[in-house]
Amino acid sequence: MSILVGADTRLVVQGITGREGEFHTRASIAYGTNVVAGTRPGKGGQTAIDGTVPIFDTVAEAVKQAGANTSVIYIPANGAPDAIFEAVDAGIATIICITEGIPALDMIPAVEAVRRAGARLIGPNCPGVTSPGRAKVGIIPASIHAQGRVGVVSRSGTLTYEAVQAMTDAGLGQSSCVGIGGDPIIGTTFLDVLKLFRDDPETDAIVMIGEIGGSAEEEAAAFAAEHLRGVPMAAFIAGRTAPPGRRMGHAGAIISGGSGTAAEKIAALEAAGVRVADSPTQLPKLLLEAGYRP
Amino acid sequence: MKIQEADAKSLMLAQGLPVPPWRVARTPAEVEAAAKAYFDAGAEKVVIKAQVLVGGRGKAGGVKLAGSAAEAAEVGARILGMDIKGITVRKVLVGAAADIVKEYYLGAIIDRANRRITLMASAEGGVEIEEVARQNPDAIHRVSADPLLGLLAFQARTLGLAIGLRDPLLNPFVVIAQGLYATMKANDADLVEVNPLAVVAEKAPDGTSVQRLVCLDAKITLDDSGLSRHPGLEALRDLDEEDPTDAQARRLGINFIHLDGTIGCMVNGAGLAMTTMDLVKHYGGEPANFLDVGGGARHETVCGAMELILADPNVNAILVNIFGGITRGDEVAAGLIEARAEQTREVPMVVRIVGTNAEEAARLLTEARFETATSLDEAAEKAVALSKGAAR
Repeated sequence: MSILVGADTRLVVQGITGREGEFHTRASIAYGTNVVAGTRPGKGGQTAIDGTVPIFDTVAEAVKQAGANTSVIYIPANGAPDAIFEAVDAGIATIICITEGIPALDMIPAVEAVRRAGARLIGPNCPGVTSPGRAKVGIIPASIHAQGRVGVVSRSGTLTYEAVQAMTDAGLGQSSCVGIGGDPIIGTTFLDVLKLFRDDPETDAIVMIGEIGGSAEEEAAAFAAEHLRGVPMAAFIAGRTAPPGRRMGHAGAIISGGSGTAAEKIAALEAAGVRVADSPTQLPKLLLEAGYRP
Repeated sequence: MKIQEADAKSLMLAQGLPVPPWRVARTPAEVEAAAKAYFDAGAEKVVIKAQVLVGGRGKAGGVKLAGSAAEAAEVGARILGMDIKGITVRKVLVGAAADIVKEYYLGAIIDRANRRITLMASAEGGVEIEEVARQNPDAIHRVSADPLLGLLAFQARTLGLAIGLRDPLLNPFVVIAQGLYATMKANDADLVEVNPLAVVAEKAPDGTSVQRLVCLDAKITLDDSGLSRHPGLEALRDLDEEDPTDAQARRLGINFIHLDGTIGCMVNGAGLAMTTMDLVKHYGGEPANFLDVGGGARHETVCGAMELILADPNVNAILVNIFGGITRGDEVAAGLIEARAEQTREVPMVVRIVGTNAEEAARLLTEARFETATSLDEAAEKAVALSKGAAR
């Protein structure tokens, strides 16, 4: 099973001819991901990745002719919101947007379009999703993964790699690793991913990597308290020692109902029965303490 | 990016918001000339406000009234050059003092939780909104704009009614709330705030007193990701208030925040950079900075980052932590070797490079006799030990 991406993923790469698009598509294919198409307007009919992947002018054609059901976006920030609208319009169910630096106000209508279509957007500004042994969509290094039954969800990029590596080193494989992205406006939250993990028969434990700011970790904690009591969970929150007020004004924190500090998030998670690590390398040990047996 | 009140007022004025006239002055003589113009136009008092990008300037004595042009010059001389939270006041805003009847708060923000623009309003204006949120959260009313249609008039009206506004001030409030929304959209702002939004008493031409709503203060922060499509806004960056290292970091595309500790950190990725700082602290050290070299850093970026770190005289040890994904470990290692050849002072360093091209990086670092670490915790512990050793 796994979540979001897996054996049934038929991927279209939006921006397959760009530097990042081509590089990471090769890595995805090498990992065994079923890449069925790429798009590059004006180059339809050509091929990419040494003649192995057909290029289409539009996502709609990639859906119609190659049966794409999932898209990944490597298009620069000025074109990425449009790429999301196009994927939604073409009926893509799962859209993973790697692009960073998209203005927040552009993302508001984009996430609304995704919501209205009943599709799912991961990101933007995220490292992507890997379901080890099945499919890898995005830029997470393949080498850090091992197949297993721990679900990982994170707001961060390289910090996710750190946590996943620690788990793999400790012999704890993963069912799916999801980078949801660190931007103010994102398509899928911790809460959404926790629900997916809860319903996934192949996920038996969960690791959550949060950061200061906003209140998404608190919402996830509230959900965990109510719905994930029997599931071994461990978390790490980055930014315990970060100087306040440098990333997001206080008004942003007020509206979210808290001030978004690490201490508040850790308290909320611990109250929900989630073990919180002092370092990402402790996560495997905490999962075992919580009763998880791989 | 934060911008000064005077610039924020210009952006609001451009969207048709009612902002009373102001002038910016950089010397007491300019303050006097500006004040004289307002007194000649019939003002009874003028207000002189320090232009700094930190909050709490009123409490710090950076906002004062004056009853004559001469007094304004005196007040201006006191405020100009004043230190407010470490920032030297270099300019002031001068305007006619308003006859304030009542103060409200109105702000527009990007709401992460519901993924919309949300407007907040309160009848408790003129005080810090954070304080209101703590003491009396029910006094803050909110409405979220439609993600596709924007802030509709009925939504703005509902907000105005909630804070107690009635005819004839209700419709002007709707126009102002929609103007705040428009200001946000027009400039890719992530915060537009008016505090106070004031009901002021003014003399009509026929001598009677009329009341109207005006924006007496203005605060705007801009979304850095949107700046590239508003070339004019870059000019509003206040270089006077910017640490020279911040400007250098921006040129290099590095995310850098100066702190008070002794261990300089160089990391790729914001979350991992924060975690590295947290671990330095956990093992008994103090980070000297937050530094995220970003994804795909090459050796020029690494050299530049090292210069930034070494420019801080408090730094007595350096911790480099790179988890290669897009970033290639060997590129970073080559940059570190080049940076060390050029650096002007010797500072002990521990380097941890894992992920993409880590083996090649390890070979380069071993050849160049760098102290290395394999795990994150080991790297942090070693850096703390190096810093403590250097302090002795």
